[in-house]
Amino acid sequence: MSSRYQPMLLRLMGNSRWRGYAAAIFFLCILMPVLNLVVPPGNLLHVSDFTISIGGKMLCYAMVALAMDLIWGYTGILSLGHGVFFAMGGYAFGMYLMRQIGTDGSYHSNLPDFMVFLDWKAYPWYWTGTSHFLFALLLVVLVPGLLALVFGWFAFRSRIKGVYFSIITQAMTYAFMLLFFRNETGFGGNNGFTDFRRILGIPIATSEMRMTLFALSGLTLLAMLWMSRYIVDSKFGRVLTAIRDAESRVMFSGYNPLHYKLAIWTLSAMMCGVAGALYVPQVGIINPSEMSTSNSIEIAIWAAVGGRGTLIGPLLGAGFVTAAKSWFTASFPEYWLYFLGLLFILSTLFLPEGMIGLFRKLMEKRKLMGKSR
Amino acid sequence: MTIHDNTAEISSEGGSHIYHPGVLDVSHGVVLYLDDITVSFDGFRALNKLSFSVDAGELRCIIGPNGAGKTTMMDVITGKTRPDSGSAFFGQTMDLTRMTEPQIAHAGIGRKFQKPTVFEQHSVFENLELALKTDKRIWHSLFGKLSGEERDSINEILETIALQDKAGGRAGLLSHGQKQWLEIGMLLAQQPQLLLLDEPVAGMTDQETERTAELLNLLAGKHSIVVVEHDMDFVASIARKVTVLHEGSVLAEGDMNKVQNDEKVIEVYLGR
Repeated sequence: MSSRYQPMLLRLMGNSRWRGYAAAIFFLCILMPVLNLVVPPGNLLHVSDFTISIGGKMLCYAMVALAMDLIWGYTGILSLGHGVFFAMGGYAFGMYLMRQIGTDGSYHSNLPDFMVFLDWKAYPWYWTGTSHFLFALLLVVLVPGLLALVFGWFAFRSRIKGVYFSIITQAMTYAFMLLFFRNETGFGGNNGFTDFRRILGIPIATSEMRMTLFALSGLTLLAMLWMSRYIVDSKFGRVLTAIRDAESRVMFSGYNPLHYKLAIWTLSAMMCGVAGALYVPQVGIINPSEMSTSNSIEIAIWAAVGGRGTLIGPLLGAGFVTAAKSWFTASFPEYWLYFLGLLFILSTLFLPEGMIGLFRKLMEKRKLMGKSR
Repeated sequence: MTIHDNTAEISSEGGSHIYHPGVLDVSHGVVLYLDDITVSFDGFRALNKLSFSVDAGELRCIIGPNGAGKTTMMDVITGKTRPDSGSAFFGQTMDLTRMTEPQIAHAGIGRKFQKPTVFEQHSVFENLELALKTDKRIWHSLFGKLSGEERDSINEILETIALQDKAGGRAGLLSHGQKQWLEIGMLLAQQPQLLLLDEPVAGMTDQETERTAELLNLLAGKHSIVVVEHDMDFVASIARKVTVLHEGSVLAEGDMNKVQNDEKVIEVYLGR
């Protein structure tokens, strides 16, 4: 943070950071496509479609973890409702995907199957314009953004803080889940949206499309990472951390914390929306369970395990926890939640800076050992 | 501008009383007037017809036993407490009893509370950068860059509060006394016209207290400062003029010698 005083170090870090970005872009846009599409299956170097789709999913989770780090790690506001913004983005893009099915549904109607099933004759008003790709993209950021803006304005203006804020966000996501479970809400009830066919008229269930979505997710994540890095390195970012550490002093210094909190909160929600929109075509389904309270808590755990306030940490946390989840839920499904809770408690007790903190400690130890030798 | 020419800038033209909203007018040489202020809490008169004034550029110490109304007086000046009666003016034109806390802070009254609050995770330099008087809106914070001038004034403050060597270090690692100085520095960075310091040397070592006295002596004349303090030695080392409060009104006023030899003061405060 005091990079001003170490221009040399900064320059070196800056260089390696750009090299990191370049390597990541090469990996996403050249290496993986070649290994997946060009190298034939059966070859040792071949990367399977399955791996690509898991990877794409993880990249979307990583975006959410990053969004969580901005609001929790840097600003000190713990949201236990980020799942709702993710789901909103997913539903917004899902509407477009549903329109792209056209008349290929089981009822061969212009309407999605669930609407035919409800005996609806036309799309409800809020589906207007969702057949346009660009409009759908706009909704992907606007809907979560607007929800966050309104919710945040009321919450932050009333100076709701700490655990009270967390509980309200938890209640919000639960309320939305119940709303979306209703068939009459017009979003497919508990089945949600599925059975997608096309994006921009191009079939969705092909290796090429999977690869494209994967690379797109990766590039989006990189862009978000770059943006987040810019934000936390700017004075804006320092104000956010100052709000986390001593909000009243920030106020006495002439800043309006409300505006700052609202800005980062809304941005964080929009990032989740984008993640959700990229996630849905890759997993092929969006339903209200994405808004379950446990999903949102899991997002917070990603950040805690990876290391709050480090940007990179939460990305690793998201990867690690999801990997652990898929192994656990396959091997010991009934113990997964216990393990998750244990992981959360242990990491907050012993690793306040998460995996990144552990990594740094190890590095320091190695350096010390090297010196003593 | 530097932090040293505050008083020059705040004086408005001559004796004419053209009203500029939000601009401090100290054309009569007075930065703060309190007149006949009364504040009661449930029948208890915390301030009882308190009247006194502070000249521009003055360093004033307020002393008094517990419950004399020192903190309530600070609260009235900063808009935290509304008086039941009386008036409080900042310069010739700004009625403090009609202004909100942020408005008062914006108009140029900076207050330091007893417990030091600095941004512990930020470097000393960054603490001052955050406090610096500049555009505090989001857009500027995101895209604005620190100008050379601003950098200079931060360095100047660092020198004033003797923390140049710590500029790059985390504020959380400073000693208690250094944190107090940093907070004073943060107030200076906001370029206030009037500094209110509530017990600035509470919990300091003797050496730190001495350094603080030097610091305040350095600032006196360039800034108007009001210090509320218990530590009599400290007050003696900085004060030109001392106001003694007792039961919500002024008991005595004058230089330290005069006050210390005042019969009434000896009776209620200095004790026998």
